[in-house]
Amino acid sequence: MEKILQIKDLHVSFSTYGGEVKAVRGVSFDLHKGETLAIVGESGCGKSVTSQSIMRLIPEPPGKIHGGEIIFKNNDLIKLKEQEMRKIRGANISMIFQDPMTALNPTITIGEQIMEGIVQHEKLTRTQAKRVALAMLKLVGIPNPELRLKQYPHQFSGGMRQRIVIAMALVCRPDVLIADEPTTALDVTIQAQILELFKDIQKKTGVSIILITHDLGVVAQVADRIAVMYAGRIVELGTRREIFYQPQHPYTKGLLQSVPRLDIEMEELIPIPGTPPDLFSPPPGCAFAARCPFAMEVCKRVYPFKTQKSNKHHVDCWLQDERAQKLASS
Amino acid sequence: MKTYFFKRLIAMIITLWLIITGTFFLMHSVPGSPFNEERTTNEQIQKNLESYYQLDKPLLVQYGNYLMALVKFDLGPSIKKSSQTVNDLLGRGFPVSFELGFYTLIVAIISGITLGVVAALRHNGIIDYLSMSIAVLGISIPNFVLATFLIQQLAVNIPIFPVATWSSPKHMVLPILALATGPMAIIARLTRTSMLEVLTQDYIKTAKAKGLSPVKIVFKHALRNALLPVVTVLGSLAASILTGTFVIEKIFAIPGMGKYFVDSINNRDYPVIMGTTIFYSAILIFMLLLVDLAYGVLDPRIKLHKKEAK
Repeated sequence: MEKILQIKDLHVSFSTYGGEVKAVRGVSFDLHKGETLAIVGESGCGKSVTSQSIMRLIPEPPGKIHGGEIIFKNNDLIKLKEQEMRKIRGANISMIFQDPMTALNPTITIGEQIMEGIVQHEKLTRTQAKRVALAMLKLVGIPNPELRLKQYPHQFSGGMRQRIVIAMALVCRPDVLIADEPTTALDVTIQAQILELFKDIQKKTGVSIILITHDLGVVAQVADRIAVMYAGRIVELGTRREIFYQPQHPYTKGLLQSVPRLDIEMEELIPIPGTPPDLFSPPPGCAFAARCPFAMEVCKRVYPFKTQKSNKHHVDCWLQDERAQKLASS
Repeated sequence: MKTYFFKRLIAMIITLWLIITGTFFLMHSVPGSPFNEERTTNEQIQKNLESYYQLDKPLLVQYGNYLMALVKFDLGPSIKKSSQTVNDLLGRGFPVSFELGFYTLIVAIISGITLGVVAALRHNGIIDYLSMSIAVLGISIPNFVLATFLIQQLAVNIPIFPVATWSSPKHMVLPILALATGPMAIIARLTRTSMLEVLTQDYIKTAKAKGLSPVKIVFKHALRNALLPVVTVLGSLAASILTGTFVIEKIFAIPGMGKYFVDSINNRDYPVIMGTTIFYSAILIFMLLLVDLAYGVLDPRIKLHKKEAK
C-alpha cells in the first residue's frame, strides 16, 4: 500500500518552569493512502502533540521538535520553513479540532471561513470559491447551503458546526486529514452521524485520516489500524481486529477491559491501577512497568525491543521476548 | 431596528432628565449663591440681581422654568460672564475642544491598538516589555507633567513646535501628544490583554491549520474579536476627551470648553454648571449608544433588535 505519510522516531518536548516535559519520545508510524489510523491513549500520552507536530502547530517556544522525520511527499516537514509549511497546511494536510463550538470564529460568516482556505491555496475567483464551498457544504450534509453560507457559527447546532469544520478541512482536497477528538464534544447520536460522515467522505475523496481519540467505541467503528500510545510512545500498533481481539501489550489489554461492552458478559469494569508516569523524568525502562501486573525486573530498566507479531502488528513489551515466561492467556 | 432606536431615544431622554434634576437640586442645595463673593454690592443690589436671574423664586418654580427653556434648547444666560448665554459659551468652546479631542482620539486609538497588538504578538519578548513600559508610563504620568515637559523640550529647548495657543496644525501637535498618551496607554493595555486571550482560542488554531498567513490571522481573525473590551472603554473615554480637558486647555491656552467646567463651579454660575453638565451627559449618552451599535457590528452574536425569531 502506498505510504502517504511516514513518521520516524519523532521527539517533542515542552520546556516549562518545572523542567522539560518529554511529551513525545520516539514515535514512528506510517499512514497509508485511504486508510483511517486511530491513535488512542489516555490524556497526556502525547497523541495530540504528535498530531500537531505533523502540522507543525506546536507552539514554539515552549514546544520543540527535537528529532525525527515526518516524510510527506518526499519532503521532511520538520525541515521545511514556516512559509513552505503554510502551503501544506490546509491544502495537503488539514486538521479538525475537538470542540466545534470554539473552532469557528464567531464573528465571521461560515461561507467566508470556508472560502478563505480555498482562496489561500488555489488560484480561484471568489465566485468559483463560493461554488466549491457550496459543493463542500452539500458533501458534509448541510441542508440549504446557499442560505447557510451567509450565517454565523452561533446560528448552527454543535453537530452542524462539526460538519462545517469538516467541510473547511476538506475544501482543498487534502491527502491527509488529522481529526483530534472530533466527536468528544458531541452527544452520542451526533457522534454516530459524524463518524458515518467520515467514512462516507473517505469513500468519496480517498483521504487518509488520522483519528486521535481516547474513545475505543469510536475507534471500533471507523479505524482500519490502531496505534496505542502510552507516555509519549506507541506501545502497540496493529489492525483493528488485531488490537481488539489479540491485544498483546498489558496496557492495551487494560484499556480494553476498562471499557463497558455490550457484546460480552462482564462482571465489572477493571480499571488500570495507578497513574501515568511523570514525563519530566520518564523511567528508563517501559513507562507502563509501574502499573503493569506482569512487570519484570528488566521492564523497569531497559525499554523493550519492538516485537513483530504479524506484518501489520507490532508491540513494545518484554513479555513478547522469547526468554520471558509465557503469559497465561487473559 | 426602528423600535430599538425609539426605545433607546426614550431611555436616553429619561436618563438625561434624571441627570438634570439631580444636578439642579444638588447644585442648589450647596450653600451660597453666585453673588456671595462680591462684597461691594449692597443688599439691595444683591436682591435686584437675584430677582433679575429669578433666583428669588421658589426652587421648584426655577426648576420648572429651567426645564421649559431647555426644551427650546435655551441653556440660559451666564451669570458671571454678563451678556453671554451658555449657548454662546458652549458654541464657541466646544468646536475647539472637539477638534482637539477628535485628533487626540484618533492618535490614541491607532497607536494604542498597534502597541497592544504588537505587544501581544511578541508576548514576553523585548517589544512586549518595551511597549508595556510605555503604557505604564503613559498611565502613571499625569498629562500636565507630560505637557509641561513637552513644552520645555520641544518648544523651548529645541523650538520645533509653538509653546501654546490653537491656530495652526503645528500648534496642535504638543497638546494632542500630551492628551493622547493616557488614553493610548489604556487602550494598549486592554488590546494586549484581550489579544492574548483571543490568540489562545481554538478558532485561531483553526485559522493556522488552514495555512493562513500570520497577518491574516491577526487582522481578520483575532483583532476583531479582541476589540470588544476596547470599544467598551472608548465610549466614556471619547466623551470626556471630546468635551475638553481643563488642564491641557489651560496649559496650552486653548479656548476650549474645559475651563467652563471648573470655573462655573468656582463661581457658582448656575446656568453654566447646568449647561456643561447637560452637554457632557448628552455626549456621553450618545457615545454609549455608538458603543452599543459598534458591538453589533463587531460581533454578530450581539443583536440589538430581534429581526428574526430563532
